Amino acid sequence: MPESPQTPPALETRNVNKWFGANHANRDVSLAVPKGTIHGVVGENGAGKSTIMSIVYGYLPADSGAILVDGRPVAVRSPRDALAAGIGMVHQHFMLVDPFTVLENVLLGAEGGVTLAAGMARARAELARLARDYGLEVDLDRPVGDLPVGAQQRVEILKALYRGAEILILDEPTGVLTPQEADHLFRILRALREQGKTIVIITHKLREIMELTDNVTVMRRGQVVANLATAGTSREELAELMVGRKVLLRVEKAPARPGAPVLEAAGLCVRDGAGVERVKGVGLTVRAGEIVGIAGVSGNGQSELLEALAGMRPLAGGSVRLRGEELADRPARFTARGLRALGVGHVPEDRQRVGLVTGFEAQECAILGHQGDPAFNGRFLMDRSALFDRCAAEMDAYDIRPRDPRLPAANFSGGNQQKIVLAREIERNPDLLLVGQPTRGVDIGAIEFIHRRLVALRDQGKAILLVSVELDEIRALSDRILVMFDGRLVGELGPEEADERRLGLMMAGVVDAA
Amino acid sequence: MAQEAAQGVAQDVVGRGFGRPGDVPGWVGYALLPLLNLLAALVLSGLVILVIGENPLAVLTLLVTEAVGYPEAVGYTLYYTTGYIFTGLAVAIAFHCGLFNIGGEGQAYLGGLGAGLVGLALTGWPWPVAALAAVALSGLFGAVWAAIPGWLQAKRGSHIVITTIMFNFIAASVMTYLLVDVLIRPGSQSPETREFDPGVWLPTMDRALGWFGVAIPASPLNLSFLWALACCALFYLFLWRTRWGYEIRTVGRNERAAVYAGISPSRNIILAMAISGALAGFVGVNEIMGVQHRILLNFTGGVGFVGIAVALMGRNHPVGIVLAALLFGVLAQGGGQVSFEYPTVNRELVMVIQGLVILFAGALENLFKPQVEALFRRRRGGPQAEGRA
Repeated sequence: MPESPQTPPALETRNVNKWFGANHANRDVSLAVPKGTIHGVVGENGAGKSTIMSIVYGYLPADSGAILVDGRPVAVRSPRDALAAGIGMVHQHFMLVDPFTVLENVLLGAEGGVTLAAGMARARAELARLARDYGLEVDLDRPVGDLPVGAQQRVEILKALYRGAEILILDEPTGVLTPQEADHLFRILRALREQGKTIVIITHKLREIMELTDNVTVMRRGQVVANLATAGTSREELAELMVGRKVLLRVEKAPARPGAPVLEAAGLCVRDGAGVERVKGVGLTVRAGEIVGIAGVSGNGQSELLEALAGMRPLAGGSVRLRGEELADRPARFTARGLRALGVGHVPEDRQRVGLVTGFEAQECAILGHQGDPAFNGRFLMDRSALFDRCAAEMDAYDIRPRDPRLPAANFSGGNQQKIVLAREIERNPDLLLVGQPTRGVDIGAIEFIHRRLVALRDQGKAILLVSVELDEIRALSDRILVMFDGRLVGELGPEEADERRLGLMMAGVVDAA
Repeated sequence: MAQEAAQGVAQDVVGRGFGRPGDVPGWVGYALLPLLNLLAALVLSGLVILVIGENPLAVLTLLVTEAVGYPEAVGYTLYYTTGYIFTGLAVAIAFHCGLFNIGGEGQAYLGGLGAGLVGLALTGWPWPVAALAAVALSGLFGAVWAAIPGWLQAKRGSHIVITTIMFNFIAASVMTYLLVDVLIRPGSQSPETREFDPGVWLPTMDRALGWFGVAIPASPLNLSFLWALACCALFYLFLWRTRWGYEIRTVGRNERAAVYAGISPSRNIILAMAISGALAGFVGVNEIMGVQHRILLNFTGGVGFVGIAVALMGRNHPVGIVLAALLFGVLAQGGGQVSFEYPTVNRELVMVIQGLVILFAGALENLFKPQVEALFRRRRGGPQAEGRA
């Protein structure tokens, strides 16, 4: 509960500056988080929100400025210092040892003594209390690797609390959660607030900010552009503050006019690298001129389905027809190379590890998958100027910045990297575009652009199969929504009947909801 | 963990329209840091020489003089350099495909067998024919010897480091068997073949330049040096200017992206290893056709292993590899002479110096990087950047 104004804020930064070379990543960042509140920090990628929190948690040294905890300046030079000051952090990517049990993970680095037994007993009692107080139930004796993602995140929270954190920083905590898991997390965070803990949550999901936080700090280009009470603002206002201009949060599109089937799959089975069947008999049809969305919690076989359809994984069974032509029994054509030649474009889910070679120049990435195209090749040598021109033209058309085809792909922001991939795949004018997580980690401004491009491609009469874990995205773009759970399609909905609750339940495998 | 987060943040911040703000000029990485590493290695070597009671400066002066001080010495240095360029390129191309080829030694040994068989077979032929045939057969032998571990890696997942090391031993045993039992000159006691017909010897540089009226002192430096330089140019063109090189680099940098792009990792692994082995095999042309004129035991003398250091120090780029190969050529030639002049600075101690250079240039290549980069950031960052941001 917010306390009287005389109480110093639990966490305060004063005029923090941070340079990365010539880049002013944090410019006089001042924000105050009152004790016992949930505070949101929003901003686009590169706005500096992760930088300021890394400074608070001791990962990065500030070039100038001060950090105050409960009104007292603290010198935070390492995460150890931060923990000593009562600051804990839950990372986007969990820092857990998978084969260790929950108890062992919590104890790691805080064993307290030569033998483990005493520390174990103490930790077990303490954790039982924490679990009871805050609804943080997890089975202490199970290996962390066996737990669902939501439970792993609770282990991270337990770790921080066990170390005496009074201030908890969460970096993009809901990115990997189902809506139900996210709700559970929010209940926990509210319970923590009731007990007087202070919570800072970094996110780009404005809905969560509105639902959860008491106050919100908006950052843009390294600066704080607004400190607001959540109750007094709106999603639209926050989006505008983040981007610096008005943003359309919905996608404008006309009703689809589906044509002939482009992709028809039946009884598809796909195994992962370990031989486990991840897609168990999926059948679907995508017609020209429509976007079919596959919703589902990540890890339910969507990734394997998409990769199999793109020729990156062998089929373990089933049939695939492209424009009526059976492909599954023609292994020579059912490859990544062969499918591309047949007019299948693929925007992979993980652009950094699959869609791009981050060490390559942008212009080299712009031909990935098309390196054999005669347009870029002479008899022996590649035509570097054709390559450069092609990439420069795509950069203009897609507003990719910086507009330097020779810059390594790693030096572009997430949104611009994604645009490099999209430009490459869309500009080849595919009949069928397979798209995975098109806007994961992408700025709001770029999301708007990417969504418009996909709808425009649909309106040209192309077929699009979209896989996304972002329900908002699925609902905004899809003309039909398929829900995938445990390797099977468990239902189909129209976008108007797919509300959050219904989709969420189906994604959790409760099929009756359909 | 902290580093990872910091990197993530840096990644996050870079690319907001500033190009590469955090970076320091390219020449720091390519020139300044290697020089600093070299300096550190020399200082440490000097201390070692001091400890055994010699004057480090005098030893160093002698080393440099004996390596580049007069024309004959330069010839010897460049002769050593030739072999190091071949093996350096060999390690580098494998590295660009994400493979660590430790087998340069064995591939060079087998390449020598290929070159030697040409020398034995082509008695009476003109030397250009023999040279071309030797290049082809030494390359082929080396390529096959490297492609087998490549195939095992690509198709069976046997780790390339392990298999290439084992293939070094197999190569040594095969060569010993062949030289002792099969190819040995009849009636000879030492395990080596007969000498080739002098007509098929690869001309030394002094002889070749003599045709044009240029007189230089005699040395083992031969025409394969020019082939090594040509290989550097071809290496560059192949790797960065052809689609085959593009595919190899894609596999090396990101195998998943290669699969996505329809590039077969296993095909490219085998291809890269074959090219790597061929490059190492060319050592045989230099040694067997250019210098020894017969096949003998252990003529490679560690050139395959020095190639690893050369590639590391040369950042796997042909220009860097030439420079690094020169450095190791200087150390090999100058170091050899030093151990003649100073009985206390024996061959082993020269190897210690070489080892220190390898240690600093290869294993500790980033030793001074944070400090140097911080220095540049402080100079370039701060006030004047404010206007730009």
